[in-house]
Amino acid sequence: MIPAAQPQKSVDLGDLKIDHSSRRSLFTIAMTILASACMLLTLIPLIAVLTYVFLQGFRRFNLPLLTQLPPPPGLTEGGIANAILGTLIVVGIAAIISVPFGVLAAVFLAEFGKGNPLARWVRFATNVLSGVPSIVAGVFAYGLLVKTGLTGYSAIAGGVALSVLMLPTIIRTTDEALQIVPKEVRMASVGLGASNYQTILKIVLPAAVPSIITGVTLAIARAAGETAPLIFTALNSSFWPGGVLEPISSLSVLVYNFATVPYEPQKQLAWAGALILVLMVLMTSIAARLATRQKTY
Amino acid sequence: MALAVIKYYPLFRSMTVTPQGQYASRLRSRTEKGIDGVFFSLTAGFAISIGVLLLSIGLVVTINALPAIQAFGLKFLITSEWNPVSGREAYGALPMIYGTLVSAILALLIAVPLGVGTAIFLSENFIPLAFRTVLVFMVELLAAIPSVVYGLWGIFVLIPITKEIGRWLHNTLGWIPFFSTMPRGPGMLPAALVLAIMILPIITAISRDSLASLPPELRQASLGLGATRWGTIFRVLIPAAFSGIVGAVMLALGRAMGETMAVTMIIGNANQLNLSILAPANTISSLLANQFAEAKDLQVAALMYAALVLVIMTLIVNILAEYIVGQIQAKYD
Amino acid sequence: MTQQISTMTATETVIQAENVNIYYGSNLAVRNVFLDIPPRQITAFIGPSGCGKSTILRCFNRLNDLIEGFRLQGRITYHNHNLYAKDIDPVSVRRHIGMVFQKPNPFPKTIYDNVAYGPRVNNYEGNLDELVESSLRRAALWDEVKDKLGENGFSLSGGQQQRLSIARTIAVDPEVLLMDEPCSALDPIATLKIEELMKDLKEKYTIIIVTHNMQQAARVSDMTAFFNAEATAEQGGKVGYLVEFDETTKIFTQPSQEATQDYVSGRFG
Repeated sequence: MIPAAQPQKSVDLGDLKIDHSSRRSLFTIAMTILASACMLLTLIPLIAVLTYVFLQGFRRFNLPLLTQLPPPPGLTEGGIANAILGTLIVVGIAAIISVPFGVLAAVFLAEFGKGNPLARWVRFATNVLSGVPSIVAGVFAYGLLVKTGLTGYSAIAGGVALSVLMLPTIIRTTDEALQIVPKEVRMASVGLGASNYQTILKIVLPAAVPSIITGVTLAIARAAGETAPLIFTALNSSFWPGGVLEPISSLSVLVYNFATVPYEPQKQLAWAGALILVLMVLMTSIAARLATRQKTY
Repeated sequence: MALAVIKYYPLFRSMTVTPQGQYASRLRSRTEKGIDGVFFSLTAGFAISIGVLLLSIGLVVTINALPAIQAFGLKFLITSEWNPVSGREAYGALPMIYGTLVSAILALLIAVPLGVGTAIFLSENFIPLAFRTVLVFMVELLAAIPSVVYGLWGIFVLIPITKEIGRWLHNTLGWIPFFSTMPRGPGMLPAALVLAIMILPIITAISRDSLASLPPELRQASLGLGATRWGTIFRVLIPAAFSGIVGAVMLALGRAMGETMAVTMIIGNANQLNLSILAPANTISSLLANQFAEAKDLQVAALMYAALVLVIMTLIVNILAEYIVGQIQAKYD
Repeated sequence: MTQQISTMTATETVIQAENVNIYYGSNLAVRNVFLDIPPRQITAFIGPSGCGKSTILRCFNRLNDLIEGFRLQGRITYHNHNLYAKDIDPVSVRRHIGMVFQKPNPFPKTIYDNVAYGPRVNNYEGNLDELVESSLRRAALWDEVKDKLGENGFSLSGGQQQRLSIARTIAVDPEVLLMDEPCSALDPIATLKIEELMKDLKEKYTIIIVTHNMQQAARVSDMTAFFNAEATAEQGGKVGYLVEFDETTKIFTQPSQEATQDYVSGRFG
């Protein structure tokens, strides 16, 4: 019954040592180098674009740039002040439309949406909307406002087009921000006899406000860089903004137009405009990054 | 003592009430209930409006496209002439549809291996976490740079480079149809390169997320069985995250097909079908960006028709992506 | 005294559960609960985890309404009014029957606003400053926070946060206080403070406390309900039920059920 003692099998422990010339090791090294190369190649365009924009843009960076109108072809000097102001106006209009719209829709999704089939469809619609090409948002605003003559080529038409693009981002970030607020806090408020609107407006939304602001800021920064929805809605103008029902200049459209003209001063203005756009996006992205580090929950 | 006055609060309006302390009533007033109802309806209304907005986008584009749909029907999709000169008007979007698809696919061919490689690099511990966080942020920034800035950079930096590369390709491999034309600057190749740069962040971010969200047991089990790091990556991690990566690729495809400005500025905007990737080409979105502001009548309808085609193409791709990404979420929830 | 309590439970009841069954979706979570909660006493719910003691507690102020798929059969009455009748406004119910949760959960607001929140949403018409002070005093927190009412509620320690939650709840002046394992996240000293506080509060309030700590139930409660769970036919399914409900001394010294005996003596659970 008792098994006879077996002779100890001798084990060669030599194979525990790393053999750098084995096929396995070479493969590991090769793949690791390859992955690092991918990482490097991904970063090259970022660095290349940023350096070039900074180098070219700063050459033309001065006070008149921020205070004067673009020069007529053939002349130098001038600035892109009307485009900066125009971008602020168009993006402002877009924010006025999309922020309340998006936040309230997100409140529905996060607070009333549990198990509601309607919420599933709305989330789906939001995702589809975020996949709509930016130019199509422009086509929509053109068909709705410009072609029908409701506003014609105007700042409002541009703002509407941008708001379509901002909506999904705002809904998504607000939805996420609201979901992070712990269930217990809602329960506590409801347990004190608060109505739903009181719980949401006085407890949940204030707690989520920092994240919502982050999301909205990012959406605004992205929208400010959009060109395609504006070129045939807000159109362009070489003058100061003349009202929300007039065509209006914007930074991104200016960069597009001046990039292809044969005049050197205009090209320089295009680079300066690109620099402003990039700085705006960079700063908001970094600020948002830092802001998300400090949260209520 | 315990049997003294019981506090007696009313829950019904019919019950007579002695107000307790400084609280006038425990009942919620009609106004308050009203506000609650209105608030709910308000949020629900806005939520439903998202769907309405989506439908009206489809509707506005379709209605405006109707004259062109009636005039050209499905021939629009397979003919190549685009002539807005009145009297001889003819519209066919085949070159643009071809350009949209080919530029997007070429971009994918470049961006997918790069993006997945980067995603692997960022989801493994090759370098300390602090550096990885910075790198992940930098990849995000790549997505944040405005399209028009890429376009500007493309015109002045990328095109001169691709012109040289293209010339070499044409001289050595000119017998291949794809390199059969002499590059003049703008064209399919630089456009696809810029598109690749622009979709890299999407592919990297989603692939990394799906790799990072795999349960750690999976990796441990594989390593525990004596597999190497790369053995584990290829045999266990990538297959497990595969649907996530496919979803990322689909989303990137949708984005590439809809991308406008950068492509418009460097693709050359030639409304003709040319197999050579060194030749100028056009995409639907570039066509729209170029012609909409000055278009009239039937041309507007034709452009709307083109926009409708683009919407349908991206919609199919995006819904597929949505479905695939949804599948993975369901798997690991 | 013991005698008196018995007659009292027989004659007047604040909350009464009659053959309550609770479902989540199609799963039966708690079955056949009968309970009579006496006024101005502390009633403890004890039992192993998953026995449904928290579930039934949350039914008393209709907080379970917030949970998807929740369904209740039977009757829960509050002074003989069915809390689940169609014409009952759950929001009003919660103004009568307050709740203190397991984890301290101050609102991200100042200490003052935490306490003032409930009165504000309940349209309090008196002097808010006085109410905040008296509520904090009754929660034995006033002396510790009177100089920093403007600070965020999160700046307090865990035990202080929980007393803030209690102050917040009693500021609404409910008749019943439901406490769902209020000390499980606290250290022993903070726990002791809350227990003393509960004994003070029962002069004015009817308190129901869910606890997994048997010593705590024995220390503070007048009445004890022991719940248990049994496996259902489904894989991994569990359904809770009430085993025994009696005076605390009796539950802990001479329970009538063997399961209770086993549980209170630490043989399972």
